[in-house]
Amino acid sequence: MAKKKIYKIGDYPGLTGWTVFFFAYLYMPMIVLVVYSFNESRRAQIWKGFSLDWYVKAFSNDDIQSAALNSLIVAVIATVFATVISTLAALALARGRQFRGQAAVTGLISLPLVVPEIATAVATLSFFAVIGFKLGLVSIIIAHTVFCIPFAFLPIRARLQGMDDAYEQAASDLYANDWQTFRYVTLPLMMPGVVAGAMLAFIISIDDFIITLMVSGAGSTTLPLYIYGMIRQGITPEVNVISTVMLVLSIIFITVYWFVSKKAEETG
Amino acid sequence: MNPVINSNIAVSVRNISKHFGGGKELVKALDGVSIDISDNEFFTLLGPSGCGKTTLLRLIAGFELSTVGEIFLYDEEIENLPPHKRSINTVFQHYALFPHMTVEENVGFGLRMLNRDPTEIKRRSMETLELVKMDQFANRKPVQLSGGQQQRIALARALAPEPKVLLLDEPLSALDLKLRQAMRMELKNLQRETGITFIFVTHDQEEALTMSDRIAVMSAGKIQQVGGPMDIYERPINRFVADFIGDSNFLQAKIESVLDNQANCLLSDNFSICTSLVGTHPTGSTVTLAIRPEKIKLNDESTLRGDIQETVYLGTDTNYIIKLNDSTTITVRDQNGVTGDARYSKGQSVGLHIPDSSVRMLAD
Repeated sequence: MAKKKIYKIGDYPGLTGWTVFFFAYLYMPMIVLVVYSFNESRRAQIWKGFSLDWYVKAFSNDDIQSAALNSLIVAVIATVFATVISTLAALALARGRQFRGQAAVTGLISLPLVVPEIATAVATLSFFAVIGFKLGLVSIIIAHTVFCIPFAFLPIRARLQGMDDAYEQAASDLYANDWQTFRYVTLPLMMPGVVAGAMLAFIISIDDFIITLMVSGAGSTTLPLYIYGMIRQGITPEVNVISTVMLVLSIIFITVYWFVSKKAEETG
Repeated sequence: MNPVINSNIAVSVRNISKHFGGGKELVKALDGVSIDISDNEFFTLLGPSGCGKTTLLRLIAGFELSTVGEIFLYDEEIENLPPHKRSINTVFQHYALFPHMTVEENVGFGLRMLNRDPTEIKRRSMETLELVKMDQFANRKPVQLSGGQQQRIALARALAPEPKVLLLDEPLSALDLKLRQAMRMELKNLQRETGITFIFVTHDQEEALTMSDRIAVMSAGKIQQVGGPMDIYERPINRFVADFIGDSNFLQAKIESVLDNQANCLLSDNFSICTSLVGTHPTGSTVTLAIRPEKIKLNDESTLRGDIQETVYLGTDTNYIIKLNDSTTITVRDQNGVTGDARYSKGQSVGLHIPDSSVRMLAD
């Protein structure tokens, strides 16, 4: 009798080819961007030879420096605020007393994730206009804090929900008061979630364009806004350099995020 | 305040009820429970899951508040104190060791929260770890330990602050059989050595019988019977206790006469049994008698006869399921002979001798 053949997805012809095509499609543009950031030529599209000149030029450009500084200030402050607020919200929802509409509140916190960014952007701009708030770095920080909250909230809440409350009961059983229980048990155990949430918030903030464009004022240009401004005058190797730097930053952050979550799995 | 001072009572639970939910979904986890647990006692709360034993333990620890009733710890009312203000420590079912702390930090946690001197914390932690034979693991993290080792650390952590009462919530249930049996002896010894009152929750009757000074059998949020292991096994008060602890035959019998509180009861084949009257059963009424299978002797001279329906080989013993002439079935547990053979076989007609002293009349 002939043996019945079990088909696996790996047995289908051409799978390797399609896979290669898929990954090329995903990553080719980025590889080209990185490669051309080392191009000697002034025109970005023609390869003339390897050079670090554009890196030197980009890093010594005052406008780029101040835009990068703005981005950093906004991202750091917005991340701190968003993470603290999200941590408090997650604690209240996961460890506080149960209340009516708890699911609705959780949903409302995460809802901005699916609201089109342009809608949030326009709404935020009109809001600032109505209350007469001066647009500048502060308005950007406020807007960033708001849209970073759901990103910071999700990993923190996931961590807290996966945490057995027996640890906190054990702490209070062993004479720890509420503050000591939080300080010595809850906080250290939820820390991987907090770090993950903060990093996600930071990446989202540093990378944001649409909302920032709407609520920025004179002198508050961030890096993405600056890149957009440069591109309108044509793609120069300088643009490739800044984009590459941001790409590398993101990769570093994602890698750290991954290691932190992995460690969380081991200790949790 | 309680006017009666009796420091021999470690924990006094008075008329405690705990209700969850409300309206149609009201669940009475505890329904008017009262017990006094003596100082230095190994006390066990025994019952099937859902009987309220864990709820009672959580009320004593302070993790839940009672709906009504009072709890006293050495004559001090503790019902309104949060867990961290009660000199009671808990060994949790799944240990709940802090994963981000070393074994030593775990064990020293309670003393640290009590603001003890660091050198004293160190000394006492190591001392307690020695007591549970885990001192060489002081610098490990809990994840690096086996279940049995984690169990010992959980014990050490709860014992280190020298609480007045130690609560143990089915602490052996996650261990394998051999380890569980070894830990029973150790727990009992620990209790004797430390002189701390242990309140132990389990659904395992063997655990309860082997370790406890006294046992409270619980069912449906109520205490069914409180007594020493032998009391509970030999003199179960009602059908639930007789059925839950060990195996029992329940036989219907008619009370023929009562003299000096001794009732003469008739079984199948007019076999008569004389036993103490329990409860308020009048002469002529039908009562339930509980008889342990191992106490019935198979004996051909007896007037009570039946046919063996089934034999079940148990290793040391054989269980005979016997149908009496009035067609009730009864299980008899008989020790196998030296060669390991069962003494009787299926289909055989046998006589059964039921000693008067082995029979217990049930109140219900």
